[in-house]
Amino acid sequence: MSKNDDNKPISAKKFMQELRRYEKGSVTRRHFLGVTGLGTAMAVMGTAVPSLWSGKANAFGEVGDRLVFSTWPNYWNQVNLDEFTEMTGVQIQINAFGSNEEMLAKLQAGGTGWDVFVPTNYTISNYVELDLIQELDLSRIPNYQASAHNPKFADPATVDGKVYCVPKNWGTTGFIVNSKEVKSGPKSWKDFFDVTMGAASGHSIVHDYQLTTIGGALCALGYSFNSVDAKELGEAEALLIKAKPHLFAITSDYQPGMRSGDAWLSICWNGDGTQLKNDMPEMEYVIASDGGEIWSDFYAIPKDAPHQEAAYAFLNYMQDPYVQARDAAVHGYAPTDARAIALQPDSLGSDPILHPALDLMNGLEFGAAQTLTDPIRAEVMARFKSA
Amino acid sequence: MKEDSQSNRWLTAALLAPTSLWFLVMLIFPLIVILVFSFGERAAVGGYAGGFTFEQYANLPSRLKAFQNTMIIAPAGTLLCLLVAYPLAYFLAVKVSRQYKLILLVLVIVPFWTSLLVRTYAWIFILGGRGIPTLLEFIGFEGVRLINTQGAVLVGIVYGYLPLMVFPLFVSLEKLDKTLLEASSDLGGSPFKTFLQVTLPLSMPGIATGCMLVFILLMGEFLIPAFLGGGKVFFIGNALVDLFLQSRNWPFGAAVSVTLVAIMLITVSLYMRLTMGGKSGRDQSLM
Repeated sequence: MSKNDDNKPISAKKFMQELRRYEKGSVTRRHFLGVTGLGTAMAVMGTAVPSLWSGKANAFGEVGDRLVFSTWPNYWNQVNLDEFTEMTGVQIQINAFGSNEEMLAKLQAGGTGWDVFVPTNYTISNYVELDLIQELDLSRIPNYQASAHNPKFADPATVDGKVYCVPKNWGTTGFIVNSKEVKSGPKSWKDFFDVTMGAASGHSIVHDYQLTTIGGALCALGYSFNSVDAKELGEAEALLIKAKPHLFAITSDYQPGMRSGDAWLSICWNGDGTQLKNDMPEMEYVIASDGGEIWSDFYAIPKDAPHQEAAYAFLNYMQDPYVQARDAAVHGYAPTDARAIALQPDSLGSDPILHPALDLMNGLEFGAAQTLTDPIRAEVMARFKSA
Repeated sequence: MKEDSQSNRWLTAALLAPTSLWFLVMLIFPLIVILVFSFGERAAVGGYAGGFTFEQYANLPSRLKAFQNTMIIAPAGTLLCLLVAYPLAYFLAVKVSRQYKLILLVLVIVPFWTSLLVRTYAWIFILGGRGIPTLLEFIGFEGVRLINTQGAVLVGIVYGYLPLMVFPLFVSLEKLDKTLLEASSDLGGSPFKTFLQVTLPLSMPGIATGCMLVFILLMGEFLIPAFLGGGKVFFIGNALVDLFLQSRNWPFGAAVSVTLVAIMLITVSLYMRLTMGGKSGRDQSLM
């Protein structure tokens, strides 16, 4: 906590420092308002001028009191969610999922109760085809500015000229290595599986997610990350089953295992790589030289979302560039929105995990829509898990 | 008299109606749906498409490992539960004085006040690299791996299911007539012999009920193997979660479910025949 003397007003320099900390999400809103004295000032002014209080809440109108938000593990900034709750009175219930298939299965079964969820680029056309998500009324998301988003990442949101999602973040899928334990410095998916079945036997994690786990095995064999070829998938299955006795776990929630030291390498999304490296410098995120995934995630509203008003209010709030930047500061995934990138500290713009060198990215593929529903990929994954 | 029994019958029917309706809607009807689904085909994008094929049942061997894991770990877990629970139940029922009995029984239930999910998650940290293995390193056992093994799953099972075993045992041991124990020792029986020939047989109904309760639930378990087995100790329950929630192959999932139900019916009826002897169920005390 700050050693700020209560009787003295905060210095300009200190104020800027605190503002920076608050922006980066390393202190809470409550702490920020407390040390800067803004909280007291607002409380005093608020009683004097009641209309000041309700300004922000009015902007959202009546939006109900609940929102069910389905997303991925370690992929939000709690400060943002708390602030949204504070401003609107909407309590947010979070569900974290490990794969797009799991989200699709829940939506297909119906009655999820979800208001907002986070699909990945390649799934959106499937959701539209299956009539599971709704076209967005962009007039209700004034903070969304289409031209600010990098079209390379934002385009999948538009299907047949209609916009179904707004962009969240983009990133890459590679693997993370604890360099203290694994000295050989694996650089490719082939290395990943070699090390798994060799020096790091018993200490390796693959995702409980067909796209990345099968994709990684396919790349190790020299095939496309997105292959749906029966023969190539058969070889990938054989490789995975051969590696299985050497795995520590099959899970998409791989941070606990990496942090406890039980696991030494894991398939990894780059933002989680940043989160791990921030706390443990020996963690190295690797974009594999033989391929991998580049992806973008979105916010979408399911067809049967029970709290539509709250969902739109939430989407609009999360599109605020400032909120996006604060989100990214915690989860480590790059925004697709140029306005948010401009608000990020300069050091992040040159961060190699967040913005990898172009030649590394050239080998990466966006997930293909086909892989989500392909029966062979689904069965290969299921057989690998029950092997 | 005749009228009386007539109205009694109506009363019985009226009282049983809600339960019957519940069973019909929540058990019989879904079972029929699952049976029908199990002969269908996977729709192109996942889910169910109508049809009549035995393909799903022919594919069952691809889940052999999951069936094996379940059929080995579920009985082993049940047995371990029994071995741990019996001394505890005996202590509670026979040794503890009345005034503490209630408090101690409540302590057995207290863990149930927290979700099994949270408690199992806690075990991930206890058994994980920074938990017990670190303690073991201090006393010279290096490189011990506990989490994501069958042993970890068994620990989780015993921890989670213990109360379910303790209570039936407690109830049957509490009914134990202590004069029988005195009679046995008067007749020269050693404590061990008394236990084997008096206590154990008299607590058999409790053992039978407790084991059945734990075993049936364990056959469908998926949470503990998923958390403490790290996706590597795969139960039928996990295969089912996978088939319905990941690969979205409902017909195959249905076929696996039907097979599991069939295995359970056979196992449990054999088990009941063995433990309850030739007596008709009606006269048999369950505890």
